[in-house]
Amino acid sequence: MRILVITEHDGTTLRPASLSCLGFAQQAARPSSGEVAWLVLGQGIADVAAAAAQYAPVIAIDAAGLEHELAESYARAIAEVVKSGRFDLVAAASSTFAKDIFPRAAALHGGAMASDVVRHEWADGRLLFDCPRFAGAVTATIALHGSPQFVTVRASAYPAAVPLSQAATVEPMELPPATFARRARYEGLRSKQTARPDVAEARVVVSGGRAFKSAEDFERYVGGLADVLGAATGSSRALVDAGIAPNELQVGQTGKIVAPDLYLALGISGAVQHLAGMKNSKKIAAVNSDPDAPIFEVADFGFVGDVYAVTPELIKRLEQNGAGATG
Amino acid sequence: MKILVPTKRVPDTDQKIVASADGLRVETDHIPHVINPFDAIAVEEAVRISERLRDVEVVAVGIGGPEYEQPLRTALAMGAARGIIVQCAKPLDPWNVSRLLKAIVERETPDLVLMGKQAVDDDANQTGQFLAALLDWPQATFASRLEFIGNELRVDRETDHGIETLTLTLPALVTTDLRLNEPRYASMAGIMKARKKPLETIAAGELGVPLEPRVEVIRYRSGDTRRAGERLASLDEFAALIAQAAGIGG
Ligand SMILES: Cc1cc2nc3c(=O)[nH]c(=O)nc-3n(C[C@H](O)[C@H](O)[C@H](O)COP(=O)(O)OP(=O)(O)OC[C@H]3O[C@@H](n4cnc5c(N)ncnc54)[C@H](O)[C@@H]3O)c2cc1C
Repeated sequence: MRILVITEHDGTTLRPASLSCLGFAQQAARPSSGEVAWLVLGQGIADVAAAAAQYAPVIAIDAAGLEHELAESYARAIAEVVKSGRFDLVAAASSTFAKDIFPRAAALHGGAMASDVVRHEWADGRLLFDCPRFAGAVTATIALHGSPQFVTVRASAYPAAVPLSQAATVEPMELPPATFARRARYEGLRSKQTARPDVAEARVVVSGGRAFKSAEDFERYVGGLADVLGAATGSSRALVDAGIAPNELQVGQTGKIVAPDLYLALGISGAVQHLAGMKNSKKIAAVNSDPDAPIFEVADFGFVGDVYAVTPELIKRLEQNGAGATG
Repeated sequence: MKILVPTKRVPDTDQKIVASADGLRVETDHIPHVINPFDAIAVEEAVRISERLRDVEVVAVGIGGPEYEQPLRTALAMGAARGIIVQCAKPLDPWNVSRLLKAIVERETPDLVLMGKQAVDDDANQTGQFLAALLDWPQATFASRLEFIGNELRVDRETDHGIETLTLTLPALVTTDLRLNEPRYASMAGIMKARKKPLETIAAGELGVPLEPRVEVIRYRSGDTRRAGERLASLDEFAALIAQAAGIGG
């Protein structure tokens, strides 16, 4: 079995989720002594390709037509590489990048695709995939018909691949210019600059819900507590809809799926769609003024109280705690 | 301009959903069904475009059994001009849905296909992108804002790293995210009007698309449930547990 893993990167570094996807690919390849390779796509990607080669052999396509991650050109490029390299399985970490381009690439090869794989098994010579459905209320074990097969993988479900003792090769590849033709034009990206870790990658996440009335309050309380914990900030849909938190912080069925060591939910009710994004966290802590809030049903430890009163107290205590550890 | 809006009928996922004891099905028969929330957003957006611009026809399409009359009438009551049911007895995977939709697009020749980014039953997030590839049309997924500028469509997309803006030439395919709009409730007048709007039924077999199953479900199981833990009365203890789980301090 030949497996191709598509890297996701920011132009200079690999995203950690890609390493977990490589971890999945290595596990899936093992029973058949299969081969695993990376595909790095973009413009000016020498550094990323070199970093990726620390883990597995790399196919690199460095082209002006790949400057922006546009689905038309990326899907065609992936489809070309899959064809010429005769890959059986193509994988990428679940993210908006992969969700956008991966099905489009899969469709160019017959549409055998599984989304959000959280577990796999070999049974009777077939690779089966577990995929969450209904916001995680049900897990389906599926087999795909047709080849090649495309899967997106939940990074939190697989351990990151480990570096090789010696770097693997980087094989540059060129594609015909027609591959990069497209009718979508990139205009720009607006994002809130933050010094905090990415919510999907952080070890600790502090999330705020509708309890917070303004962006200033969110920053002061949720952000303040996150900073003493070295944590990322996250949010429920309610706050993103209200314009209080930026959309890239939304955790849930339709936002990011996170599984940190600790998820701290402040003033979040615990709707199924929110739980779908965080219920695999190692530990969940919750503060809510309503003792019957559903979030307490999944929380390892909970505190009933007003977040406006409780959060500053937590910050105070944890600052002392942190100072005790370092000082 | 013509806008085609594919809609899926799904169980209301605010209800408790479990796998059957034998693992062969998901128990959804007893649960009320609704238009997939993301598709309702697509219908709403198409209707708003038709209210804003002149000569815009909104056509809603569903693939399934006669029960699809219900969600399609809802789309008509919200303001779509007509509906199409592609009659098909078996539930289909996203690949075959997108192939049937391609055949509908070829019949209807819309300028824009607007549909939900995912259906909340299988959560696959594939059909729109499959269809865009099959049509070889430009795509913008996860849209949170649409604006026509001349013959082009400017789309804001929600990505993991912020809001990305793309401009597409038409025909194009756009999938909707939650913040694009808030779907209206159909008014009584809208519901009355919808009864008289055309709802065409086409047998899937007539579309000349042989089915190619891609997804075989081996079994379903209900998701893991977590157990409720401790409720702390002391803030000191609560803070200490947080510190421990976060790996800071003592
Ligand atoms: C198709 C679909 C997809 C969705 N996807 C997502 C998703 O990805 N992510 C997501 O989060 N949601 C999603 N939702 C929305 C979800 O159903 C809930 O509406 C949302 O999660 C609620 O956010 P919340 O908990 O912040 O707000 P609420 O449900 O309003 O809860 C607020 C909580 O704060 C508590 N509270 C209020 N004031 C205080 C205070 N001063 N101190 C302490 N506690 C207080 C209240 O007791 C309550 O429990 C989706 C919904 C749909 C239909």
